Amino acid sequence: MLELVTISALNGVLYGMLLFLMASGLTLIFSMMGVLNFAHASFYMLGAFFGFQISEIVGFWPAFFLAPVLVGGIGALVERYGLRRVHRHGPVAELLFTFGLAFVIEEIVQMIWGKGPVDYRVPLSLNFSAFTAFSTNYPAYKMFELLTAIAIFAVLLMLLTRTRVGLIIQASLTHPHMVAMLGHNVPRVFMLVFGVGTGLAALAGVIAGPALVTQSNMAAALGPILFVVVVVGGLGSLSGAFLASLLIGLVQTFAVSINLSVADVLRPIGVAPPNGGVLFDVWNVTVAQIAPIIPYLLLVLILIFRPTGLMGTREH
Amino acid sequence: MTAPVIELVDVRKNFGATKIIRGVSLAVPAGERHAIIGPNGAGKSTLFNLISGRFTPTSGKVRLCGEDVTGMPPYLINRRGLSRSFQVTNIFPRLSVWENVRCAVLWSLGYKYSFWRGVEDLADVRDRTEAILEEIELCDRRLLQAGVLTYAEQRALEIGITIAGDARIILLDEPSAGMSAAEAARAVALIRKVSQGRTLIMIEHDMDVVFDLADRISVLVYGQIIASDFPARIKQDRAVQAAYLGTAA
Amino acid sequence: MSDVTTDVVNVPARAGASAGLAGVARHAAPWLALAVAFAVLPMIFTSGSALTMLSLMGIMIVFALSYNMLLGETGLLSFGHAVYYGLGGFVAVHAMNTVIHDRLPVPLFLIPLVGAFSGLLFGIIFGSVSTRRAGTAFAMISLGLGELVASSSLILRSFFGGEEGVSTNRTKLLHVFGLNFGPQIEIYYLIAFWCLLCMVAMFALRRTPFGSMCNAVRENAERAQFVGYNPQAVRFIAFALAGLFAGVAGALAAINFELVNSAAVGAGQSGLVLLAAYIGGTGNFIGPVIGAVLVTWLEVMLSDITDVWQLYFGLLFIGVVMFAPNGIAGLLMMHEPLWRARAYGPLPRLLLTYVIALVPALATLAGLIAVIEMTYHRSVKASEGTTISLFHVTLDTASFVPWIAAIVLLAGGFLLFRRTWPVVGAAWHDAIVYAQTAGKAK
Repeated sequence: MLELVTISALNGVLYGMLLFLMASGLTLIFSMMGVLNFAHASFYMLGAFFGFQISEIVGFWPAFFLAPVLVGGIGALVERYGLRRVHRHGPVAELLFTFGLAFVIEEIVQMIWGKGPVDYRVPLSLNFSAFTAFSTNYPAYKMFELLTAIAIFAVLLMLLTRTRVGLIIQASLTHPHMVAMLGHNVPRVFMLVFGVGTGLAALAGVIAGPALVTQSNMAAALGPILFVVVVVGGLGSLSGAFLASLLIGLVQTFAVSINLSVADVLRPIGVAPPNGGVLFDVWNVTVAQIAPIIPYLLLVLILIFRPTGLMGTREH
Repeated sequence: MTAPVIELVDVRKNFGATKIIRGVSLAVPAGERHAIIGPNGAGKSTLFNLISGRFTPTSGKVRLCGEDVTGMPPYLINRRGLSRSFQVTNIFPRLSVWENVRCAVLWSLGYKYSFWRGVEDLADVRDRTEAILEEIELCDRRLLQAGVLTYAEQRALEIGITIAGDARIILLDEPSAGMSAAEAARAVALIRKVSQGRTLIMIEHDMDVVFDLADRISVLVYGQIIASDFPARIKQDRAVQAAYLGTAA
Repeated sequence: MSDVTTDVVNVPARAGASAGLAGVARHAAPWLALAVAFAVLPMIFTSGSALTMLSLMGIMIVFALSYNMLLGETGLLSFGHAVYYGLGGFVAVHAMNTVIHDRLPVPLFLIPLVGAFSGLLFGIIFGSVSTRRAGTAFAMISLGLGELVASSSLILRSFFGGEEGVSTNRTKLLHVFGLNFGPQIEIYYLIAFWCLLCMVAMFALRRTPFGSMCNAVRENAERAQFVGYNPQAVRFIAFALAGLFAGVAGALAAINFELVNSAAVGAGQSGLVLLAAYIGGTGNFIGPVIGAVLVTWLEVMLSDITDVWQLYFGLLFIGVVMFAPNGIAGLLMMHEPLWRARAYGPLPRLLLTYVIALVPALATLAGLIAVIEMTYHRSVKASEGTTISLFHVTLDTASFVPWIAAIVLLAGGFLLFRRTWPVVGAAWHDAIVYAQTAGKAK
């Protein structure tokens, strides 16, 4: 039991960290530019596939550095030539542009790499067991993922709070017009933020790809969860996104290992299950089976009881 | 004497740590034309927002004809007979001028959320919308999208939307702002006509308009009313002169 | 292109009363013409596949119009509208199976009402949660709810039928007038009838006080409050009614395919209706109709020609978002000032410039298609050899030549296309000026 809890906790925190790696970029982009980047998970997927392809040619470590930069560059170009053009047509058009982009990226990935999973493997240098917790070998690669995520956050935090660019970004988060009037090149800051945000998502893809399955449906699978994270955390709040990422990461990881159903709980006290139909299904479904939809349940609950999210203060 | 139509009892409003309205008490009787004047940043628009339900007071009470409406959403207050205009023109940009005014007419004529009758078959809606358009002199612009009107025309439309619902209490926020002397004179004539038999509260900077129209004037400085009296006495009030009017009068 | 409007001095017909029989006739005429067109279409397009496509278009028209009640009329962007379509379909198939099993005297003809009821019910239930917020938050809620329902489909197997879905047999319901609704032509007329009915209803809804306030809430929800309306209530009612009509579309699809599976509530279906409504144009009633027809046609035709048809869809959508955000209907309506002022003089020149611009545009398109198809062939279908047949031309993707040609077409075509824009712009400008002066003179 304790083993399960410890391993699940580690995995949950790891999953949460990966989610936050993506959610932080998404939140920054939303706060600064008012655009909820529907294609954010698509850049995550591009990172994984680029990482795979580059590893095939020159190995994992060059891919680790190159892939996020390449994808971030693509992100910057998308902002400069796509999003900026669409901006004048209003927020709906911007959102729909990113929606269409997500769709197109998925199709292009499918076109080039096919619909099945690709063989993106953990590099040999990291393919060992880091430690043995109770009877389970915890892979070193997962520790690597965790450490990378933490390192990135430390760098980001430092960049945001201690550099000039970081201060400008923080200011643009709440007062973009004022920052422009002060003479800063706000469009260029936007391009930078979008590029870095998507680069972060790509980095998450590069490191998560070998551990999870790298396949053309990864963006569609992770995208909605990402949005749940930012809404639950509060649109526009980085700390909220952090909390929500961890929360959802832990909840989903723990839920998957719980094989209890309503039937299991009520049988000992003598309540018989209904015979058929929808109620029968609900009675017998296990927590593990509903694990994928728990984030959406959380979304609906938050929106009923606390519409601004966990930490959000602004009405968007 | 009947209860005042608008009554503010020690209303305060803070935004975070910033105190904008610091204890305003005001009573406006029925049928009065009341002007609120004061320097920029005094909180005049905030006061309107508190009365009309756009903001909720941090403390204090707002009463409409004796009923406590503190914290009610704007649509409930509007349904009780209070209508307001906005300093920054707040119209429906892509709807036509006709549709803009018509929207303001619908609830007051009792049509609510009716989705079983064609709106163009409703004679009373049509007649009232036509009447308002004539009042604000925008009849021949009726099919244009509101967003392409000139500034003065949009201000006229703004007033039109405010008066279309036949509200008993009208709040006008700087109705003549940005208008030339001629346009302002027309606006004043319209306001005088429309506020006949109703209660009017008006925020204005143009002192000619204020002294022309107002029965009573309140002076708001730093979120507090420093004087509330007849125009002649306000002109001579030393505190008001020091804070706002100057001594040229 | 900015909004171009014309001055009209006289009281327009629209604001006047449609008095008496003449008024009714004038209002009813377009709908009667449409009914006749619907009735006559199968006699022009007689093949089985054409009938199927027409039936699909009918379903999509209802679905897209219901979607536009949210987006175009009320300003609500939903990523989960397929929930009401799909649930309408599921409730309809279960109803049909119950009718068959218990031999209830319910003809197939009335089953879309079941879909309507289901759509309304779920619209009310989910709408009470969804419409608490607007804008981006609403979009996210709709996405989350859509995923919730789609994921539940694997859990609630008795209702959703698991992976295979739920099937039925439409011929086993009560036969009325000797119709067993087996042949597609009978299904077409059933769909056409309900499509027309829904179109009339949704058109009429726009012209009610409620419909006006939907537009007002879309334009300025705050000001709507200050004229006495609760924006949330307006959105809620719009949401419920949009759900109702989506449910009808879902029931029609259930009748047509005799099968409903979890794809009907999924993100793909929600995306498709969004695409259809937006490409057609959300700004007026006819937009979603155009979009529905076009998207259905593309979906059926393109998927036969190429495997990567969805990529073309996505690119078309992005193109519309970037260059024609008012959709096809928007592009057509831009010409309204011209025909309102009966400015036929400048038309030939304008149309000529369109043709001039079209040529390089087509070249660009050909180049793009070539690049996409060749890339697809090289990467996924590499095992099938290196030659493909494109536009009846055989190309060997292993050699440089087709690639160079494609890129030249793509880049060169695009540059030339850009050169034609000032020409089109000048013709357009002259046409508009002509229309304005002609309008004033009349």
